[in-house]
Amino acid sequence: MDKKAILLDSDGIQRALVRISHEILERAKGTKELALVGIRTRGAFLAERLVREIEKIEGAKVAIGALDITLYRDDLTMIGHQPVLHKTELNFDITDKTIVLVDDVLFTGRTIRCALDELVDFGRPKRIQLAVLVDRGHRELPIRADYVGKNVPTALEERVEVHLTEMDGKDEVMLV
Amino acid sequence: MNKWTRKDLLGLEELTREEIEIILDTAASFKEVSARSVKKVPALRGMTIANLFLEPSTRTRISFELAAKRLSADILNIAPSASSISKGETVKDTARNFEAMKVDLMVVRHQSSGTPHLLAKNLSAGVINAGDGAHEHPTQGLLDLFTIREHKKKIDGLKVSIIGDIAFSRVARSNLWGLSKFGAKVTLCGPPTLMPRGVEQLGAKVTHSLEEAIQDADVLYLLRVQLERGSGKGLPSLREYVRLYGIDGERLKKANPDVLIMHPGPVNRGVELTSDVADGKHSVILDQVTNGIAVRMAVLYLLASVRGRNVKTTHS
Amino acid sequence: MSKLLIRNGHIVDPVNNLDQEMDLLIENGVISKVGKGINGAGAEVIDAKGKLVMPGLVDMHVHFRQPGGEGKETILTGSQAAVRGGVTSVCTMPNTQPVTDNRQIVEFILAEAKKAELLHLYPAAAITKGLEGKELTEIADLKAAGVVAITDDGRSVMNAEIMRRAMEYARMCGVVVISHSEDLSLTEHGVMNEGIVATRLGLRGMPNMSEAVMVAREILLAELTGAHIHCTHISTKESVDLIRQAKAKGVRVTCDATPHHLTLTEESVIGYNTNMKMNPPLRTGADIEALRQGLKEGIIDAVATDHAPHSESDKDVEFDQAPFGVIGVETSFGVMATELAATGKLTWKELVLRMSARPAEILGIPAGTLSVGKPADVILVDPNKKWRVKAEEFCSKSKNSPFIGRELQGKVVTTICCGKVVYKE
Repeated sequence: MDKKAILLDSDGIQRALVRISHEILERAKGTKELALVGIRTRGAFLAERLVREIEKIEGAKVAIGALDITLYRDDLTMIGHQPVLHKTELNFDITDKTIVLVDDVLFTGRTIRCALDELVDFGRPKRIQLAVLVDRGHRELPIRADYVGKNVPTALEERVEVHLTEMDGKDEVMLV
Repeated sequence: MNKWTRKDLLGLEELTREEIEIILDTAASFKEVSARSVKKVPALRGMTIANLFLEPSTRTRISFELAAKRLSADILNIAPSASSISKGETVKDTARNFEAMKVDLMVVRHQSSGTPHLLAKNLSAGVINAGDGAHEHPTQGLLDLFTIREHKKKIDGLKVSIIGDIAFSRVARSNLWGLSKFGAKVTLCGPPTLMPRGVEQLGAKVTHSLEEAIQDADVLYLLRVQLERGSGKGLPSLREYVRLYGIDGERLKKANPDVLIMHPGPVNRGVELTSDVADGKHSVILDQVTNGIAVRMAVLYLLASVRGRNVKTTHS
Repeated sequence: MSKLLIRNGHIVDPVNNLDQEMDLLIENGVISKVGKGINGAGAEVIDAKGKLVMPGLVDMHVHFRQPGGEGKETILTGSQAAVRGGVTSVCTMPNTQPVTDNRQIVEFILAEAKKAELLHLYPAAAITKGLEGKELTEIADLKAAGVVAITDDGRSVMNAEIMRRAMEYARMCGVVVISHSEDLSLTEHGVMNEGIVATRLGLRGMPNMSEAVMVAREILLAELTGAHIHCTHISTKESVDLIRQAKAKGVRVTCDATPHHLTLTEESVIGYNTNMKMNPPLRTGADIEALRQGLKEGIIDAVATDHAPHSESDKDVEFDQAPFGVIGVETSFGVMATELAATGKLTWKELVLRMSARPAEILGIPAGTLSVGKPADVILVDPNKKWRVKAEEFCSKSKNSPFIGRELQGKVVTTICCGKVVYKE
């Protein structure tokens, strides 16, 4: 029997995203030179939601992109199954911009390192920040998030499952 | 979820439709990489790939070379004259020597059909067939499928006519296999002297009439007339070929208005097709070249991940 | 006085119309008595209960590679391989290095065979000097040296005039002309049968007609000259039909087919297995049917293996580059027994006729029967024994067999040549 605990329900996710949008705007002092880049797949959906929230608040549309980091992984040969390749879409110039990377869960930090590697192949941003829905600890690299939806201490064997309506039919974050 | 499990890519005949789709879908992602300003991803960093081209080729070899480099792999080019094969070493021994230098993947082109099979059997490195005799040229078939899919959105039910020296063409065979698996209606057209025996049994319609092949065609695939490869005896002259099978603007009018003109290259202007057709709005010949890099990147990537798993299990 | 009694075996000797349990007595290398309940006093006794007792097989087409190709096979190793397969008489082909086109080489070969002392070796000599297809060899001298047949096997005699003259001359000398029937212009660059499999594999094909065209020519020339022509390794239904018609007309044509052509199709080449590459190539099921029918009717007179050894490194190359040829002398009985006799398509008498009596007759050699007074070349065979063909068990120096790994039923367990046991399982 899986012991499941709901870390965030639908409302919890919504509130966290609204708060993060405000925080991003506060630090960036507005939307000029701001861009959000989501890490596929769920990070990309979260980035889209953040862009909508920001538009509600500021009335301005922020540039958005999505990264597929599969080709930048450092553990390609260790994965048990073929990573499915999605497409990276960065249709604007990232140079001199403030890029906020968006992902669902921050764990070891390796995914973010891949995203950083890929991002700098596209240009030279002014600064890169990180927004995550859940930070579950156990970093293996010196990486930290600038914006966090919820900090959740976890054991290594546990799993954090994020479900989003766009992909999974409902919104919730579970500890398994 | 489907995954790619083969150590080698020797031909399209033995692949399932699903396996081909994995390659084509993967290629779509790689096409984007070639469109960036930094055309490189680190996915195959540290892997060594050898181009063993024992039959001369420029474009295919360069295509594989670029594909490997864009994946950050190290690539060696071995030319036939420079290799020890000219000193009498067997192909098998040459390849084994490269394997001893820990080459991970070998791309092989050879004039004898079945050579990649011989190597694949004897090497733990992955083998990619870049063209063996008249047998197959799988990456060409794949990039052609990719190009058709890109322009027509689907392949099922399309009428595809392959025209020219079918008997000696590995490109024709690979395309026949690939297109059949995707439900296209293939017509093979050429003089009887250049039509291989029994090919109707493989599901293709055979005709010696260009008109029949062009009528309502969605894709016209023109093969290079290869007088150097033995089709010489089947054709009295290039002039005869042009008269019977050359494609020009007039003949093209009988095809579907959205017909695609395809060619594996290099093009013989004025022979298989006239310049205006080669450069015209129906021609996707250059798209084929662009897609070739993406498809070869996908093939190298998929075979590299199998190789990586194999290497890891022998070391653990 | 050495005596050997083979007791309780089932004798199969079609020439003498024997197909029953009987004993056989050998004295001083010769068959001295065949009958029931022979007294075995003073004789070494071999109990052949449950075994078939047959005349030693005659393989009229083998390549023993000596002189010149000793790395692949020698007369000694070839003979050892042959007797393991129950073959006690062979006709060796002349495409040696140098070519067997003069008396000295024939004498060398006969001397080597005598040293080996395992079987009867009858050399064939070349029709043309150096196998070049231009000048006839000294056929009369070669016959005097011990040659029983002339052939340019390995190559085809493309020039009809040369073949005509050879036939006329050979007829006078009393040697049979063996034709490797192939029109080289139709098979140029070909490496397997022309057809759907070649198309799939991207290999160049050799059409049926490349053989039939030449068989037709040989038949017509035989008609013209009155000579005896023997077409070897027939592989197509067209050739069978042509020979059937020719025989009905009374033309002096005979032919043989190999065990691999009688049992394997072109599909065996799939995967580019060079142990399936030989000339003429493996054909289709329809050709096999026609060959089997021809064998049963006697249109195909004999089974001969075209035993062609090649070293592993020679064969383990690209399909196009690999030399043509497969070995066969150790497996011919097993394959024929399994495929034909066990499935009821051929009787044991018919098998002995085709693998012993008829080839002996065609070559004009004293073999193929268990008649009293004849050299005691006898084999004991276990018709029910199941065995697997293993490369490491071959006596031949080369291992290029298309039957490796195959399970066969029927094995030669003892081979006697001139009254001496030369092979025992």
